[in-house]
Amino acid sequence: MSNGKFAVVAIAVAIAFAAASQLVPNEYFFTAAYVVLQFVILATAWNILGGYTGYVNFGSAAFFAIGAYSTVVLYNAAKAPLLVMIVAGTLVAGLLGLGLGYLTLRLRGVFFAIASLALAVVLYTFIVNWDYVGGARGAYVLQPREVPFGLPRYIHLLYIVLVLQAAVALVVARAIEKSTIGRGLAAIRDDELAAECSGVPTLRLKIFSATVSGALMGMAGTTFPFYLSYIEPSSAFGLSYAVNSIAMPLIGGMMSWVGPLIGAVLLGSVQQLVQVTISSAWNLLIVGVLLVLFVTLAPNGIMGWVDAWRRRRDRR
Amino acid sequence: MEASTALVINAIIAGLLLGGFYAAVSVGISISFGMLDVVNIAHPAFIILGSYVAYFVNDRFGFDPILVSVVLSPLFFALGMALYRIYYVCFEKRGQESLRGLAFFFGILFITEVALVLVFGVDYRLVSTAYGEVTWRAGDIDFPMRLVVPFFVSVAMVVGVQLFLTHTFFGRAVLAVAQDQLALRLMGVNPVRVKERAFALSIATAGVAGAFLIVIQPVQPSIGREYIGLVFAVCVLGGMGSIWGTLIGALVLGLAESFTSTFFGPSWAPAVSFGLLLATLAFRPTGLLGR
Amino acid sequence: MSAAILEVSGVVKRFGGFTALDGVDFTVAPGERVGLIGPNGSGKSTLVNCIAGTLRNEEGRIRFEGRDIHAYPAHRRIRLGLARSFQIPKPFASMSVLDNLCVPLLYAAKGGEARRAADEAHGILRQVGLEEKAHAMSGGLTQVDMRKLELARAMAAKPKLLISDEAMAGLSTSEVDDILALLMGLKAQGVAVIMIEHVMRAVMKFSERIAVLVAGRKIADGDPQTVVGTPEVVKAYLGE
Repeated sequence: MSNGKFAVVAIAVAIAFAAASQLVPNEYFFTAAYVVLQFVILATAWNILGGYTGYVNFGSAAFFAIGAYSTVVLYNAAKAPLLVMIVAGTLVAGLLGLGLGYLTLRLRGVFFAIASLALAVVLYTFIVNWDYVGGARGAYVLQPREVPFGLPRYIHLLYIVLVLQAAVALVVARAIEKSTIGRGLAAIRDDELAAECSGVPTLRLKIFSATVSGALMGMAGTTFPFYLSYIEPSSAFGLSYAVNSIAMPLIGGMMSWVGPLIGAVLLGSVQQLVQVTISSAWNLLIVGVLLVLFVTLAPNGIMGWVDAWRRRRDRR
Repeated sequence: MEASTALVINAIIAGLLLGGFYAAVSVGISISFGMLDVVNIAHPAFIILGSYVAYFVNDRFGFDPILVSVVLSPLFFALGMALYRIYYVCFEKRGQESLRGLAFFFGILFITEVALVLVFGVDYRLVSTAYGEVTWRAGDIDFPMRLVVPFFVSVAMVVGVQLFLTHTFFGRAVLAVAQDQLALRLMGVNPVRVKERAFALSIATAGVAGAFLIVIQPVQPSIGREYIGLVFAVCVLGGMGSIWGTLIGALVLGLAESFTSTFFGPSWAPAVSFGLLLATLAFRPTGLLGR
Repeated sequence: MSAAILEVSGVVKRFGGFTALDGVDFTVAPGERVGLIGPNGSGKSTLVNCIAGTLRNEEGRIRFEGRDIHAYPAHRRIRLGLARSFQIPKPFASMSVLDNLCVPLLYAAKGGEARRAADEAHGILRQVGLEEKAHAMSGGLTQVDMRKLELARAMAAKPKLLISDEAMAGLSTSEVDDILALLMGLKAQGVAVIMIEHVMRAVMKFSERIAVLVAGRKIADGDPQTVVGTPEVVKAYLGE
């Protein structure tokens, strides 16, 4: 299926989800689905640099938060329209990815990973000390009273925006994966030195990958301040984002765009359940344990099982 | 003495004392990452674990935390051996260290933090020691014992590790394995055994350093993550795998943090180690003493 | 006399206190078959890495087709037509044999459309004798097939000069002949080849010229029969 066709299918499915949601009577669905969709975008975005290129980013929270906080800035400055906020946040996060990549992707993968962690902490400290966005006390970002398109509540709009964002992220990820750039990234992942000696401009492609990955993660954060009408640094930089953006692609499968989607939907839904029934601390523990189990025992994730089963079937 | 001079001198003293402690905290990473090339970002988890173990025994039985941690260090050693075994079998042997190994250690770090939250909660814990409240004063210059005692034991531990590496057969085997595993094998030494024990040593130092930490300040589970930047910053600044380099890097970091805290406020302190790390990685990745 | 395709002059490479290459001069003419031999540790692989761009020499000049390539990163050098294979094969393990070739075809040879690249890849696989394994996973190949894949990948870059780094090490006699035939065939395509080997009979059969590297210095360079008879070369291999 070509990229164009896939994009059409993705948007169509997104619109179908949007329309069908209006038939769901339970309001809780929207708050829960919003979080799961956030993870779909984060996992897909992370995987572009992680699964496709082989560079681990521990600072997903930094990119997510910068998307969220650029919304706060635009809200405080000019009450900008939502679309403007989304585009702006995506671009700023992309720039952050570009900057981090340019500075640290010349080094070994482990240094990039540590630098990404460092970035999250440095950014967190800056935000905590920046009064314009509320600092440690947080900021209020009020949902508009008038809900556009005649939707019953604002969370419905947020849900629909996120479904569309998820579709965009998946289309972008798949397009990259199937393109020449995707082959180059896979070569880098498999053996960076051999890739360089096969003509792949490794630094350029890595920076590209980091930029796109960062931009999409920022995109996921742009609507977050509206979710609870309030945002503060510890939730924007939450631990859950860091661990889930790694665990979900790992569990789902890092080789293609399908893995992060599966991982996010499965793991995200399980977490919503556990959080409500048990506690959020136990929830995180379960994610951590699953991460360690999968990375040691089933490193190719669920899609890895599917591929292995397919290959065994083809051999017969 | 002028107030501002006293301020500066106190900042320097605090920075140096803290720096000594940072060396103890980071010496393990110099071994596991600098020499063995294992990216153990879960190292801080074992520091915090050490803190909580010391807290627990101190709370229950009143023993001095530092003594407790030294006595219990074999436990951490065993834990380190087990952890390396898993890492080796699942990752190093398969040649997939980089991405999956990183994810694995991140998972361990994460699980440790969350487990501590579940057991102890998020409140700060502290220990009571005979010297914790004592501060020796020389005019306007302060020498708080809660910093001084950990400083001395930290430096002792770091020097001890360095002497161990350079003067014992096993220690030199560790230095050798960092350079040439094949040669080691040809000499009849099993590099995997050496690495396993060296890694265990690094975890043991983390556990002991955890006790130093809780003497210096109250702890809560999330502190581990803040220390990731610190230990790697020290290791990279010091030029990777050099114990003396670790000491110097730690002192530099301690001074930087102390000055930032004194003149810009303590809320900026976490950014110092990470910021320094980012800057070093971006502009001088071979470290201050690098070639 | 046609201009040299590769000109290495006065190249010095140091690792800390150790001098791996101590002022090496070396030229290759277009389409020439040159053997590069020397004891282990003499600096052959270091020289290859400096030429290919994976290491930077401290002193000296490297010219490819008259152009000074010192500032060029490795991926740019291969695009100019300077390819190398790795001593220890480095396949792209997550890809099939065919896809392994598509990477240099698309990036080094500027092969344009991915579809056309697949056809060209099949052609190269046929040349090296790996066509039946086109869809096999590259990680699970036999040693000799991995060596062939290494060379095939270098060939897929459509090079003007190919450096073969100990492709025959540890192979059986018939496997060595396979690789040798492969490398000999490159002459017909006008590709100059530097063969680094320890398998002397292959080197003698293959080379129009032999250069000898010992302890980072070139001690002989010329007609194969003459070179292997020189006392210094014999001493280097057999001792005093």
